[in-house]
Amino acid sequence: MSLTANDVKKIAHLARLGIAEQDVEHYAKDLSSVLELMTQMGRLNTAGVTPMAHPLDQMQRLREDAVTETDQRDHFQTIAPQTEAGLYLVPKVID
Amino acid sequence: MHKKNLSELAAGLRSKEFSSVELTQFFLGRISQHQDLNAFITVSAESALQQAQAADQLLAAGNAGPLAGIPIAQKDIFCTLGAKTSCGSKMLDNFIAPYNATVVEHFNSAGAVMLGKLNMDEFAMGSSNENSFYGPVRNPWATDCVPGGSSGGSAAAVAARLAPAVTGTDTGGSIRQPAALCGITGLKPTYGRVSRYGMIAYASSLDQGGPMARSAEDAALLLQTMAGFDLKDSTSVDQAVPDYSTGLNDSLQGLKIGLPKQFFSAELDSQMAATIQAAIAEYQKLGAEVKEVDMPNLNLAIPAYYVIASAECSSNLSRYDGVRFGYRCKNPADLTDLYTRSRGEAFGAEVKRRILMGTYALSAGYYDAYYLKAQQVRRLISDDFKRALSEVDVLMGPVTPSTAFKIGEKTSDPIQMYLEDIYTIAINLAGLPAMSIPAGFIDGKPVGLHVIGNYFSEAKLLNVGHRYQQVTDWHQQAPKGFE
Repeated sequence: MSLTANDVKKIAHLARLGIAEQDVEHYAKDLSSVLELMTQMGRLNTAGVTPMAHPLDQMQRLREDAVTETDQRDHFQTIAPQTEAGLYLVPKVID
Repeated sequence: MHKKNLSELAAGLRSKEFSSVELTQFFLGRISQHQDLNAFITVSAESALQQAQAADQLLAAGNAGPLAGIPIAQKDIFCTLGAKTSCGSKMLDNFIAPYNATVVEHFNSAGAVMLGKLNMDEFAMGSSNENSFYGPVRNPWATDCVPGGSSGGSAAAVAARLAPAVTGTDTGGSIRQPAALCGITGLKPTYGRVSRYGMIAYASSLDQGGPMARSAEDAALLLQTMAGFDLKDSTSVDQAVPDYSTGLNDSLQGLKIGLPKQFFSAELDSQMAATIQAAIAEYQKLGAEVKEVDMPNLNLAIPAYYVIASAECSSNLSRYDGVRFGYRCKNPADLTDLYTRSRGEAFGAEVKRRILMGTYALSAGYYDAYYLKAQQVRRLISDDFKRALSEVDVLMGPVTPSTAFKIGEKTSDPIQMYLEDIYTIAINLAGLPAMSIPAGFIDGKPVGLHVIGNYFSEAKLLNVGHRYQQVTDWHQQAPKGFE
């Protein structure tokens, strides 16, 4: 199993991750060798094995549907790159 | 003062041999004297001295706990209100967390003094600390070598006596591997034992914080402060925290030690094997019994880990989008450009590799072949441990395939670096507690002994570590220039 430069570009787009053009081949090579390592798992028969998502097989805890957080918008926005009137600013999306 | 253990420091503070302010100034001095190790990303001298003054008042009032006034340092993955939390990344180089991690809150309540934030591999991804935006950390035992990672700054700081004890986190070996390479004691607790709230996420089903110190005795005091149920962490386990210090001296007569056959294969370096065997022989003198155990699926731990960890990382790190906090690129053309360039400019190569790998493994058409398969393999590995630990009390083996390697030696080949964690990764998949304790040297560089226990057996592990440290002095040796 190996990945082409095109595959890397597709995955990078899915992840919204900028990869410099000159690095694409390098990532394709690295990721292909990691994939090679992962295909080792194919040798093991896992038919009927329940996938393990949590080390202690715990269930998600439930709690009362009650308000527990206070409004800290101003506090949180002090570290935002750009805000205005309590809103996070991004480049215009809709013309 | 840097030679004293935590109990001796606590006694010194109470007998007024020194004050917390003096102690803090002393360690701040050592940190500044050994800046070339690059163990710290941030030194918080001013707030540390304020905390020390407060601790001195607490001590004078006579109602202070065992860590009151004692300087510690936090891995820069734990959020600290008012001090930068970078996670070793350019992405968070400007990030001042709006709240404290639960672990940080625990240390604050205990009256401990935080000297600063420790260097680490970016987002805890790495085994050499070379993936830090702030540059590599040097191993105090051999300054041209890596300290291990991702908690490389933590391990180097303790080994160089820049702090008596510190925190680390372990997703695939990030406490134990650097502890081994730097000759200190590091414990990864059971998954869920220490709150992950405010501990920046890498792979949430594997991440676990824990103590790093010179001895098991000190690690016990630290874990006592760190462990506990936390409503703010949905995977925190609601189980009482035992006293980790009372059983330290329990006899090891009849302790059953299992040696996984797969840990001692012909590929294991002969000097490493001999050092580990010598440590195990020491346990036999203490009354332990040894038997071989078979764990047939261990060899698939690395591939399963890199699927699961990468998948979880690609999901966790999607929050860094340049909108609400962290790095934002200059002059974004549109929203996609903002996301893509902010992430592309601020993440390092290894983080990018894992995001890409994880995105691929989770993408349509590949999910079953990679992610589901890896979760099934994870179950089989976990079952191997359950079987083995129903026959024995603890498992032992090496922590690392070799001692500390040269800076730059393994950076060109990611697979070589991944294999560094071959003995540690399976434990995270199973969620078990495990510890590295100093067990000797090869050519002047430290070797760690791996001790793995059953779920919530941290007290037993610390007991096993402490008894060994009563009859050996590996953990007391200091690197040249740092004595």
